[in-house]
Amino acid sequence: MADRPSAWSAYRAVLGARLRAQTAYRGSFAMEVAGNLANSGLEFAEIYVIFHNVRALGGLDLKASLLVFTLSRVGFSLADGMAGSMDEVPRLVRSGTLEVLMLRPLSLLGQIVTADLALRRFGRAVLALGVLAVVLRIVPVPWTPARVALLVATPVAGAALFTALFIVAGAVQFWLVDGAEATNAFTYGGSYAATYSAAVLPLPLRVFFSFVVPAAFVGYLPTLALLGLPGPAGLPAWLGWWVPAAGAAALGLALLAWRAGVRRYTGAGG
Amino acid sequence: MADTRADTAGTGGGRDGQVAVEVHDLVREFEVRRSVGRLRRAREVVRAVDGVSFSIAAGGSVGYIGANGAGKSTTIKMLTGILTPTSGTVATCGLDPVRHRRRLARRVGVVFGQRSQLWWDLPLAESLRILAAIHRLPPAVWRPRRDELVERLELTEFLTTPVRQLSLGQRMRGEVAAALLHSPALLVLDEPTVGLDVLSKERLRIFLREELTRNGTTLLLTTHDMDDVERLCERLLVVDHGQLAYQGNLAGLVARVGAQRVLVVDLAEPAPPLDGIPDTTLVGLEAGGLRQRLAFSPEATTAAAVLNAVSSRARVRDLSVTEPDIEEVVRRLYLSSGR
Repeated sequence: MADRPSAWSAYRAVLGARLRAQTAYRGSFAMEVAGNLANSGLEFAEIYVIFHNVRALGGLDLKASLLVFTLSRVGFSLADGMAGSMDEVPRLVRSGTLEVLMLRPLSLLGQIVTADLALRRFGRAVLALGVLAVVLRIVPVPWTPARVALLVATPVAGAALFTALFIVAGAVQFWLVDGAEATNAFTYGGSYAATYSAAVLPLPLRVFFSFVVPAAFVGYLPTLALLGLPGPAGLPAWLGWWVPAAGAAALGLALLAWRAGVRRYTGAGG
Repeated sequence: MADTRADTAGTGGGRDGQVAVEVHDLVREFEVRRSVGRLRRAREVVRAVDGVSFSIAAGGSVGYIGANGAGKSTTIKMLTGILTPTSGTVATCGLDPVRHRRRLARRVGVVFGQRSQLWWDLPLAESLRILAAIHRLPPAVWRPRRDELVERLELTEFLTTPVRQLSLGQRMRGEVAAALLHSPALLVLDEPTVGLDVLSKERLRIFLREELTRNGTTLLLTTHDMDDVERLCERLLVVDHGQLAYQGNLAGLVARVGAQRVLVVDLAEPAPPLDGIPDTTLVGLEAGGLRQRLAFSPEATTAAAVLNAVSSRARVRDLSVTEPDIEEVVRRLYLSSGR
């Protein structure tokens, strides 16, 4: 077929429909965006209050700390907008929607990510980017071309890292919602599986992985590199330059975990 | 295009498009964990599908029947690449379903009666447009096909209504259109008529019948509705406890288990028991003989002949005929096979 549309056009159709559906009810959409913005605004206000009273934290002064926080917020909010719907995996498994997705000639992960691309979540990313612009004006960065490149790369890599975590959290669900596929086979529709309480687990898990494990890479280390500060023992500052590599590696590992999860669901072993 | 590896291990069925589904010695086990006592958990292996072999010729229509939990859905999931078999081989449209899930998805249309593939908050027209994009159909291909389906399934009046506002019958027609938009070679319908009213069921059957003959589509249907089987399926596969209990046509199944239809007659005035009518058994007597039930085998006699014989002995005011339902036939089959 010469003029067969591309796979991208498939995702574009899904995304377009999602966006139209979200903006169809303008009033509620506007309120949601406003609510989200207010929420993120509060987070920034909180940080401001903390650092206004504490002069230095973990060896960084207020300005540097703000940069750490803002960089990580940009990365996180971008990832949340893109891959936040990975939360839905347990529900997709229980309701059987996952199986409907598997009957379509598209990648499973691609479908889940695009199924609920939340415009309102990108509102936070916009706010975080705005704050970043302000912070950069007050932080004395000794600019070089390499540092400019790092500044551009950091939010992207941060988004990749957090996206990887969302994907891993989704993949883990295939183990947590254990037995759902088996019960589905016998109950049809899986209403019984809804009695599992696996949904309580991912939140603390996510919090841990979101804010503890990669935080150094998405905020702290790039800040050290940007400001030319020395790192603490065991965490050399040059690691900050490796942020893009870390993002790519995390994403790669996450995709492997996802594949293993899907294989577990289909019962292919692994 | 054809897979070069996976399906050659099968039963040697043709790979030139003559066989739509080829299943050989298919087994699927699930590990079920149960709590035993406070901390210990026992692992138990359950065989949902236990050594099933069958094949469906391209263009054939097969009813896949069995009690809930007999292994129907599990089999369908293995045929469509959702589940990997524990052992045995599956070839659907000549492809290994799990390895070639996406390629297979272009050739198979599936309707799960109890889950939707439509977007709930979008109108049906929009869902069809998205599905066309997902299947990467050029407009010159999908637009005429959509128009045809819209017309034949009578979707026009609710095409722009969000799916969640549709009645079950309307939604089911939408689901069928969605599954057929990419003109699949194999159509899998899992309980398509469940919950529909008589008229909707009938309209859907007429449409499906027409679709199968028009496009040579292969049909695999699971149902609890005897009429679905009668109207849509040339052949039946009955599964029980994961194993095939019967393979053949409906008449053969009914003959084998001796399933009977029941003629219920309401009489104008109470009459003595209508026993001794040829080829019937009197199975019920109500209201002092005002309502009587006569069971008969469709092979031995007809409802008309029985009615004639009854009319010669009493005045009939009203009547109905009850068909043996699938559950009943299957139960009898299980009994006859000594389960």
